[in-house]
Amino acid sequence: MSIAIPSFKVETGTRASSFSALIGAAVLVLAVAVPFLVPRGAVQDLFFILTMLVLAQSWNLLAGYAGLISVGQQVFVGFGAYTMFGAVILFGIDPIVATLIAGLFAALLAVPTALFTFRLYGPYFAIGTWVVAEVVRLLLAQWKALGGGTGTSLPREATRDMAGVGLLRDHFGMKAAEASDALTYWLALVLAAATIGLIYRLLRSKQGLGLAAVRDNEQAARAVGVDARRMKALVYLTTAFLTGLAGALIYVQKARISPDAAFSVTDWTAYVIFIVVIGGIGTIEGPIVGVILFFLLQNLLSDYGSWYLLMLGLVGILIMLFAPRGLWGAFSDRTGIQLFPVRRMLVGDPLAHTPKGGPHG
Amino acid sequence: MGFIDTIVQGVLLGGLYALFAAGLSLVFGIMRLVNLAHGDLIVLAAFLLLVLVTGLGVHPFLAAVVAAPLMFGAGWSLQYVLLNRTLGKDVLPPLLVTFGLSIVIQNSLLEGFSADSRRISAGVLETASIGFGPVTVGFMPLMGFLSAVAVIVGLNLLIYRSAIGRAFRATSDDTVTAGLMGIRPQRIFAMATGIAMVVVTIAALYLGTRANFDPTAGPARLIYAFEAVIIGGLGSLWGTLAGGVILGVAQSLGAAVNPEWQILAGHLAFLAVLLIKPRGLFPRAVD
Repeated sequence: MSIAIPSFKVETGTRASSFSALIGAAVLVLAVAVPFLVPRGAVQDLFFILTMLVLAQSWNLLAGYAGLISVGQQVFVGFGAYTMFGAVILFGIDPIVATLIAGLFAALLAVPTALFTFRLYGPYFAIGTWVVAEVVRLLLAQWKALGGGTGTSLPREATRDMAGVGLLRDHFGMKAAEASDALTYWLALVLAAATIGLIYRLLRSKQGLGLAAVRDNEQAARAVGVDARRMKALVYLTTAFLTGLAGALIYVQKARISPDAAFSVTDWTAYVIFIVVIGGIGTIEGPIVGVILFFLLQNLLSDYGSWYLLMLGLVGILIMLFAPRGLWGAFSDRTGIQLFPVRRMLVGDPLAHTPKGGPHG
Repeated sequence: MGFIDTIVQGVLLGGLYALFAAGLSLVFGIMRLVNLAHGDLIVLAAFLLLVLVTGLGVHPFLAAVVAAPLMFGAGWSLQYVLLNRTLGKDVLPPLLVTFGLSIVIQNSLLEGFSADSRRISAGVLETASIGFGPVTVGFMPLMGFLSAVAVIVGLNLLIYRSAIGRAFRATSDDTVTAGLMGIRPQRIFAMATGIAMVVVTIAALYLGTRANFDPTAGPARLIYAFEAVIIGGLGSLWGTLAGGVILGVAQSLGAAVNPEWQILAGHLAFLAVLLIKPRGLFPRAVD
């Protein structure tokens, strides 16, 4: 007599996820072709959506998965943007190369920043990050070579002669401004896709499991050998890098910087928090849903000024109170659909085949 | 002489920051809630005072007496209806709800009062000053500092010498057991936020009469309040006063060197304390 040993397997894929991979690929192909298909204004709108998506995904990774609630991510947007401006204006570096440098510098800035803020716990971490952002803003406002408190503009030649602009102009007959918009759009697309890919891979990996364990119960996770501090520091550095890249890219396109705008808590943190909370914190799909909704609301209500922000605040409060997992969370709970599944499921369990209708059916 | 004067003005400014911070410290001590809308609530109270002063034509001090019970009621309801729902093991809901509240208050004030800078007029008291040997101090800044001391003495008496204070401490130590002893934590929390809003009204009185304010002035006040709490050490109200004074002195020293460095000097003092003594100078609470 032999005993059948049930074979177990841990899987994270679902039917919806293979479907979404196909859709995702199709969307990506279409998105690449966008600058040839739609007018320049629409390209700029999509650029805005993509960069906000990168910021939202980064903040979501930080707050939703690592439990580090920061209201100071504008420090990396601003510092990235200023690094890019500095590299272009002071050293004559190509804006695209300068953007990469900006990402690295933002990650470098995260090291001393973490030294201070990681001493604070929970809510105090949140305000601590804000103080750090204020300090960096005030320091950069002293830098007269980059315009001090009033800010400065990128030289016109810098974006006109950006790598690739000439190519687009010659081969596709685009005007310089059109070509630079298309180029920044493609870079934003690459950045957004890479961000989502990176976060998805991280969460499905062993490290991601450790991260979820730390978020759910830090003591228990440390007891089974997860290095909580290291995990959090790694996530903090990664999001600083991504946020810095996004910040620099946003300002390549804006071509005009000032400390108040680049370190704006409303533009780079409040909006981002609402995108994530409304869409669904702690999911990859959430920020995608959130950013689309945010864009629609902004266009619909842009004439109402502060009423718009007021309403956004109220919606954020209501969602947090009554649907804390956001729109996508509520949808996913009801339908069980996950486009980016990171939950581990045990398959091959013979008990799973118990016919329905039994005593515990 | 200029140096002593700078220090004295800094200490008095510190009193104002301690007033900003006392309410935040009280609420955190009792329910571990950090209210990100605290600064905006101070500005809201300042606008309430402005309306009372201009509408009824009363003196700011009298307006504060009228505004205090209103703000107590507002704080009580805010806690009972909204913030109590967010309390729990997870730190995310209270932070995000109060952050949303901060945006809502700021933009409501913008709609109601426009973005103009305002000031509450205190009549002749505004320019009145008292000479102490070599230094002369303004009457209102001095009153602000004395009020901060009075508020802290008052809160300490309330917390350590009264029945409600015993309930505060019991709830803070162990909410469940306090509940078993017949305390209703929900009401205790609401009461604490109500009292914090009375302190906020006093802070608003000195904020509004000292300098200009506008609807977006809240976040900076929150940051100063927070810095004073952390420098002083969590859970100690006298520490909060010390924290406020250190912040105020750092700011006025910075401003004496270069007016652009005022705020920056305060932040740097805060970061220095955080680096050397992460738990603050006079910590009392364990967490």
